[in-house]
Amino acid sequence: MNRSTGFAFIAPLLVLMVVAFNLPIIYMLGLAFWDKGRGFTLEHYEGLLEAPVYLRVLGNTLRISLIATIANVAIGYPLAHWMRGLGRRARLIAIALVVLPFWVSILVRTYAWIVVLGNGGLVNRSLQWLGLTDAPVQFLYNELGVTIGMANVLLPFLVLPLFAAMIRIDDRLLQAAASLGAPPRTIFWKVYFPLTLPALAAGTLLVFILCLGFYVTPAVLGGGRVPMISNLLDTLINQIPRWEQASAISTILLIVALVIFAGYRRLDRKASA
Amino acid sequence: MSDIRLEGVSKRYGAVAAADEVDLAVAQGEFVTILGPSGSGKTTLLSLIAGLNRPTAGRIFIGGRDVTDAPAQQRNIGLVFQSYALFPHMTVLENVLFPLGVRGIGGAAARTQALDALKLVRLDGLQDRRPSQLSGGQQQRVALARSIVFKPDILLLDEPLGALDRKLREELQVELKQLQRSLGVTTLLVTHDQEEALSLSDRIMVLDKGRTQQVAAPAEAYLRPANRFVAEFLGIANFVGLADGRTGLVRPERVRVGPTGINGGRPARVVETIYLGQMVRYHLALQGGEDSPVVAALPFVGKAFAAGDEVAVSWDTADIWPVP
Repeated sequence: MNRSTGFAFIAPLLVLMVVAFNLPIIYMLGLAFWDKGRGFTLEHYEGLLEAPVYLRVLGNTLRISLIATIANVAIGYPLAHWMRGLGRRARLIAIALVVLPFWVSILVRTYAWIVVLGNGGLVNRSLQWLGLTDAPVQFLYNELGVTIGMANVLLPFLVLPLFAAMIRIDDRLLQAAASLGAPPRTIFWKVYFPLTLPALAAGTLLVFILCLGFYVTPAVLGGGRVPMISNLLDTLINQIPRWEQASAISTILLIVALVIFAGYRRLDRKASA
Repeated sequence: MSDIRLEGVSKRYGAVAAADEVDLAVAQGEFVTILGPSGSGKTTLLSLIAGLNRPTAGRIFIGGRDVTDAPAQQRNIGLVFQSYALFPHMTVLENVLFPLGVRGIGGAAARTQALDALKLVRLDGLQDRRPSQLSGGQQQRVALARSIVFKPDILLLDEPLGALDRKLREELQVELKQLQRSLGVTTLLVTHDQEEALSLSDRIMVLDKGRTQQVAAPAEAYLRPANRFVAEFLGIANFVGLADGRTGLVRPERVRVGPTGINGGRPARVVETIYLGQMVRYHLALQGGEDSPVVAALPFVGKAFAAGDEVAVSWDTADIWPVP
């Protein structure tokens, strides 16, 4: 089959993609540059800079994403490492437990956190029963709750690629390092960790990008008090409505995500090489 | 430089013994090969000496020191794996510098030492490459350089040439032997390749099912094997019935093959003629007897018997080794 008939086969799909997905996005992004009366304008971007609320939400989003990502790494790396050391069957069970949340709706998982973290929830009742606190700790409807929820939802995205990289490391490399006289700490930092670094970096960036656009978890666990960009967009589109402003913010978010994604691609290529 | 001594070393996994009360003494500077089929426990034995594994019974001494319970890090052993086990994220030089670094040797002194080791294995000039950019033979040399650069007490080689093609393997065998002799380092090599064992070692230890079968010099083990297993594992074995009811071993090189009726040998028919370059091998069926087929290997001098030829086969009684 030559190139042109091949193209004929995918043409319908291509048209669907362009019409149904790409045009709306381009239209959406273009909105910010267009004013009904005066044509091309950068006014909406200027508006973003003038109203500090937008930049504050952007900064807020970046900060919460960063914290959630760090929490993910702090939990995910030891978890993946621990899974590597398990026996065949235990490893399978561990993977299933990590992947299981994927099969449950994100909405269900997020509401489950309310049951766990609420004032009369599991965690608070345990803390009080242990006598660690007198009054319930406020986990929900603040940044702490949002961070916990996001870290949970995104954990598999970090653990799975990291685990895949870790089981690819030949045990004999570690044995060789030991026989060459390296103490366990040196083996970890000079041999094991560097070999997992590309996968760790790629996974970290992936999680960070996903954090940036998170909507459900901040909306539910933040209770409207922890504004992130997606929630702001929701307000600008569904409530106020100021589509031009939303478009400008989306563009900035897209650029930030693309820049990070470019970094992710480079690292991912290095990890699979 | 140290000697190695194993005293009743066993390693059991449940009911299975990968090593079963093995005794072995390797003298300082000696080159000993542990030879056995896969599953004979030879690699287990090596990992016990290297400290990657703990024996369930017995003691291990290196240089007179009891290292049975010492971790691998404290044994000062150069270990080379069949898979090379080079660190893929480091250059050749960084790989060789690694054991020096963990010993607190750095800077120009370490660099000189590492480059010297690379020169010794004829890899000078390739120090900035990554392992993935090298051929199998070159990677094996890097592994070797890395395991000798810190002047280990003993050198352990686990099928070091197993992954290489035949020609390269033979080249590296010669190099390995020369290197070992010039360093004078006590060396223990593990292989399933009997040719490699015979050509490299001062002594061979034949292992089967975790048990020592024989420890002897190569020629001794080849011509005077301690039992049938060793006789068959070390090469082609012709077994002949002896007058006292025992079984005798005749190696193919000791079998004479000639035209019928000249030297009064037993009549036989050539079943198969195999050219091996400088040698020719005959598979022969002896006539008028229950005896098993005989294999003969003769120098090839331009003319050979063909399959189907009637020949006379003989050997000297002095060349028969009664297998214990």
